[in-house]
Amino acid sequence: MSSPRILMCPPTHYGIHYEINPWMNTERQADHPLAQEQWRALRGHLVAAGATIEELAPVDGLPDLVFTANAAMVFGRKAVISHFKHPQRQGEEEHFRRWLAADGFEALETPNQFSFEGAGDALFCGDTLFAGYRQRSDALGHQQIGEMLGIRVLPLELIDSYYYHLDTCFCPLTADSAIYFPGAFDDYGQRVLAANVPTLIAVEEEEARSFACNAVVVGRTVVTNVGCPHLHEQLRNAGFTPVETPLGEFVKAGGSAKCLTLRLEGEDAAVWANSTQC
Amino acid sequence: MSNPGLVSSSQKSTFAAVEDVEVRGHIIDSLILPKVLDGITAAGGEFTIKDVAIGHDRSDPSFARIEVRAASEEALQAIIAQIADHGAVAVHGGDARLVEADMDGAFPEGFYSTTNQRTEIRLGGHWIEVGDQEMDCGVIVDDRSITCRCLPMTEVKRGMKVVVGHVGTRVFPLERQEQGHAFGFMNSAVSTEKPKGVVIREIARQLFENRRDAKKSLLVGGPAIVHTGSGPLVCELLRDGYLHKLFAGNALATHDIEQSLFGTSLGVNLNEGTSVDAGHEHHLRSINRIRRAGSIAAAVEAGTLRSGIMYECIKNGVQFHLSGSIRDDGPLPDVVTDALECQRIMRSMVKDVSFCLMVATTLHSVAVGNLLPAVVKVVCVDINPSTVIKLNDRGSFQTVGLVTDVEPFLRALVAEVRKLEQQAGA
Repeated sequence: MSSPRILMCPPTHYGIHYEINPWMNTERQADHPLAQEQWRALRGHLVAAGATIEELAPVDGLPDLVFTANAAMVFGRKAVISHFKHPQRQGEEEHFRRWLAADGFEALETPNQFSFEGAGDALFCGDTLFAGYRQRSDALGHQQIGEMLGIRVLPLELIDSYYYHLDTCFCPLTADSAIYFPGAFDDYGQRVLAANVPTLIAVEEEEARSFACNAVVVGRTVVTNVGCPHLHEQLRNAGFTPVETPLGEFVKAGGSAKCLTLRLEGEDAAVWANSTQC
Repeated sequence: MSNPGLVSSSQKSTFAAVEDVEVRGHIIDSLILPKVLDGITAAGGEFTIKDVAIGHDRSDPSFARIEVRAASEEALQAIIAQIADHGAVAVHGGDARLVEADMDGAFPEGFYSTTNQRTEIRLGGHWIEVGDQEMDCGVIVDDRSITCRCLPMTEVKRGMKVVVGHVGTRVFPLERQEQGHAFGFMNSAVSTEKPKGVVIREIARQLFENRRDAKKSLLVGGPAIVHTGSGPLVCELLRDGYLHKLFAGNALATHDIEQSLFGTSLGVNLNEGTSVDAGHEHHLRSINRIRRAGSIAAAVEAGTLRSGIMYECIKNGVQFHLSGSIRDDGPLPDVVTDALECQRIMRSMVKDVSFCLMVATTLHSVAVGNLLPAVVKVVCVDINPSTVIKLNDRGSFQTVGLVTDVEPFLRALVAEVRKLEQQAGA
């Protein structure tokens, strides 16, 4: 098993400064010290599971920079840099681009200014990139990224605004298994997942609301927010080690464990991870 | 793999708005293609998959080009906006490219060459219907009125804005079903062995309905109409308001006038079928008499000309145009001898024509066929099948041909018209 390397950004400037998804409410502000504590706890669980954490310097005025999952989509040593749909987050692009390039990634731009929000909407399971669209990323952009990288892309329409990124409702565990919340997808999307992912673990609505699907997988360890007991039971039955850590201050902004991380190396669910070709 | 016209949501349609869209990627496995197609039909539109290419392995993207049809431009745009969310994009994404004509009488290189089919040009994001649809022309755009129309190259003036290339242009091919509306019984262009009675009944119905609906019918006639003794039959149709315009050459008019003045056509007595002494002179004497009068209308006014096709045209207010040719005798003073001027006159006269009957004249039929938009129904009657074939070969594919002798055809046609009148009266 490869040793995963993960990019995170400390929540120094984190807060609810605007509203760009149904979770956000500027009148329901994050508890800043508590958020810092929750972030550090998550970081600790990931290190304990065997991950190496890289840190991006926080930037004043970019409260959502903590959600590094949206920086880019990593494919081997290539990174397709995000182009955020909302102007409030577009300022993050330059910081992500600079850090990834400095780390040695070949930075590729999103074709034709399509909206594309990185690993928030583009997740490998096996050799296939599953790509969420309609809420934050454009279907046409996904197609062009697929052609650009020569990979199979299966776009999935996200129909519930509470699950505005694919990583809020779908999480690959291995090359042939994933957890998902069926209610976030239309009938076509559910059929595509059923036909292309051999083992699917469905998350019930109440746990999906606790961001059960927004999990970080490190080897056989799966780290989630609290409030997902049924999923954890299913994961244990499937041979995983679930870990829960409170992330409620980030849920206020519409993110949880997965949103706070960008996998740089060692994506277990992606079959290209150990390939030298990409 | 390519298989045009693979799938269609419906075979029947007269949809007002049409746009081609493309969708690519892993559209089969991702169910994007069925989703797009379902989206079109759920929104009340129809589709035809015009082209599809399926990727060979898992990393190969697939591709489909889909024609989307809707009842109105608004409905179409709503459908396209909706399927665009799934990655389907309009093929004709851009406006037409316009280049100013740099000289009189010629288009810029690369100009868009028209067909006779209904055409639209995209300007400022909107599709504009091309006016004066005609084959073998260019399209010029008037910026101020935001209109465009077909224009022959001889008419182009320096500074006119001309459509160049195919981007931002789209053609609406006349569907077989639409062609079949008037002549549904015909499925080949040239009918030599089809039941002529049925065809003639349909032509009569077209003339009858055109008169009833205040639409215009045009006769393009050759001199054989007079030679074969069917002039009086055409006169009946002119008198009764079934023909509103006549295109002919010097020959038809001259033979008709000769018959009226001398009872002969090229010296042959049409009642007896015998040559008349010094009959060959009648032809020139007829022309001379009209030239002395100044015009056919003046000869009718003076009482010199008292019967025949040209007489009925004058008396019944039927517009006629006589095109000259290099072998014309005289010609009659009404004959226009400048070929380009003839095209201009005919072009303006066919604008409101919805039915055209071409009888026994090859080159004139082809010339008029070139000027007509494909939506005008055309029937070409000739003893020689090659006339109809020639028309089709030159793009007037909407022509229905009938290979038969002129006189029996016109006799049967008049009889059918009379039957329709009786039925309508009853």
